[in-house]
Amino acid sequence: MSILILAEHDGSQLNPATAKTISCAAAIGGAIDVLVLGDAIDSVAAQAASLQGVNRVLATSAPHLAAPLAVNHAAELAAAADGYSHLLGPSSTYGKDVIPHAAALLGVNQVSDIMAVDGPRAFKRPIYAGNAIVDVNVPDDQIVVGTARTASWKAASDGGSGSVEARPAAAEAAAHTRFVGLESGGGDRPDLQTADVVVSGGRALGSSENFELIYRLADKLGAGVGASRAAVDAGYVPNDMQVGQTGKIIAPDLYLAVGISGAIQHLTGIKDAGTIVAVNKDADAPIFEIADIGLVGDLFSVVPELEQLLD
Amino acid sequence: MKILVGIKRAVDYNVRIRVRSDGSGVETDGVKMSINPFDEIALEEALRIKEAGKAEEVIVVSIGGDEVQQQLRTGLAMGADRAIQVNTDEALQPLTVARIFAALAEQEHAGIVFLGKQAIDDDSNQVGQMTAAVWGRPQATFASKVDIDGASARVTREVDAGLETIEIDLPAVITSDLRLNEPRFVKLPDIMKAKRKPLDVVTIDALGGHAGNGISAGHHAAPDARSRGIMVEDAAALVGELKNRGLL
Ligand SMILES: Cc1cc2nc3c(=O)[nH]c(=O)nc-3n(C[C@H](O)[C@H](O)[C@H](O)COP(=O)(O)OP(=O)(O)OC[C@H]3O[C@@H](n4cnc5c(N)ncnc54)[C@H](O)[C@@H]3O)c2cc1C
Repeated sequence: MSILILAEHDGSQLNPATAKTISCAAAIGGAIDVLVLGDAIDSVAAQAASLQGVNRVLATSAPHLAAPLAVNHAAELAAAADGYSHLLGPSSTYGKDVIPHAAALLGVNQVSDIMAVDGPRAFKRPIYAGNAIVDVNVPDDQIVVGTARTASWKAASDGGSGSVEARPAAAEAAAHTRFVGLESGGGDRPDLQTADVVVSGGRALGSSENFELIYRLADKLGAGVGASRAAVDAGYVPNDMQVGQTGKIIAPDLYLAVGISGAIQHLTGIKDAGTIVAVNKDADAPIFEIADIGLVGDLFSVVPELEQLLD
Repeated sequence: MKILVGIKRAVDYNVRIRVRSDGSGVETDGVKMSINPFDEIALEEALRIKEAGKAEEVIVVSIGGDEVQQQLRTGLAMGADRAIQVNTDEALQPLTVARIFAALAEQEHAGIVFLGKQAIDDDSNQVGQMTAAVWGRPQATFASKVDIDGASARVTREVDAGLETIEIDLPAVITSDLRLNEPRFVKLPDIMKAKRKPLDVVTIDALGGHAGNGISAGHHAAPDARSRGIMVEDAAALVGELKNRGLL
């Protein structure tokens, strides 16, 4: 058995989702190779090679791979798949964009969001926004293509010593798709997807000015900041902060939900959090049904108090 | 230009999902079914493109037994011009669905195949990407803004790092994210009008048939439930509790 993992990175840093995908691969077993696609990616390839469990890094560097365009990246991934029994990537927006395209090029279906491994071809995955967990099996006669649900896997640690090999690009740039730009919403707070503590605000904040309350509390805690869909839709915060079924699925040690009702689509994103704290003025809010610690109160007084107490 | 919109019949997003006690699946008997919300958004966007004079025809497609005609009629009532039911009683896998959409796109000379980014039942998030691969055309997934400009489209995509913009030549596959638009409500007269719009039924075999061995689904289980914890009185008690648990 041998597994090829598609690395995710931003051109200079390997995304932690890659190290989590490696843990999923380790649970399957077999030699683990990592494919890094980009332009001038020596440093990313070295980071991948230093992860525990990595046998070999294949680095394909070409100008047309600098932008993460799915058509170009999937063509490389499918071309590199020969000889592997498994092909995996993270279930981030990048992985979700690229991996199914590659699966179709290889003529197979994909196992999305692998949360547990029962055997080399047997997996558990969530469906219905995580309200059911299904066992799936991939037939013996085909390559297993899947995405790893990153919140289910701990990152593989450093200290590995894989080799790095250059692999020439297999395909030309697709002329029909052009990268225009990326507008990133992020500031310098801890990354939402890897932060140990996350504070999220909901519709109750009422404005982007009021959302400052959440940022200030988060900074006191050294926390990443998230939001409900309602807060994003209302324009209080950018889309990359959304937590939930259609946003980010996260697993911090501590999650504070402030002024969030607890719709199932939001809860899908935080099921794996260590401790969930909820602050809501409605004692009947559904968030309290799953919160480990609940506080009924008005966030506009509770949050400033918390901020003071944490001084 | 013609726009082909895929609409899947799925358990309504407001329904509380229950796993059958024998583990054979999720309870769908007597449960409210609707158009998958992402597909409804895809349809709304297709209709807006047509209303802006940039497309001539919007065709809704659903794959399934006669029950999907209900969702197709809703699509027609929203404003689609005609509907195609790809008739089957089997639950199809993404690659087979993608082959059907690619075959239909060729047959209809579609300029855009517009799909939802995922269906809220199996949450696979594969069909759009696979349709692009099978069709050999561009893909713009997770769209939150679409501008059609002659033979190309500029699409803003919701990605983990923020908002990415790409430009694609048509024909192409686009999949919708939630913030693309807010779908219109269907009015009663439109429902009456929709009854007279054409709805064709075709077989899978006419569209290339099955994509071989699929991934099989076995036992279904309810997820480990989180349970209600404790309530604290005020901010000070909360901080105390967090300290007790070693979280601060
Ligand atoms: C297909 C689909 C996918 C979705 N995906 C997501 C997703 O990924 N993430 C997501 O979050 N949602 C998602 N949603 C939306 C979800 O259903 C809810 O609408 C949304 O989560 C509600 O956000 P909210 O809790 O901020 O707002 P609300 O439900 O309006 O809740 C606001 C809460 O604030 C409380 N409140 C008000 N004022 C105060 C105050 N002064 N102090 C304290 N508390 C106060 C209220 O009691 C209430 O509980 C999705 C929906 C659909 C249909």
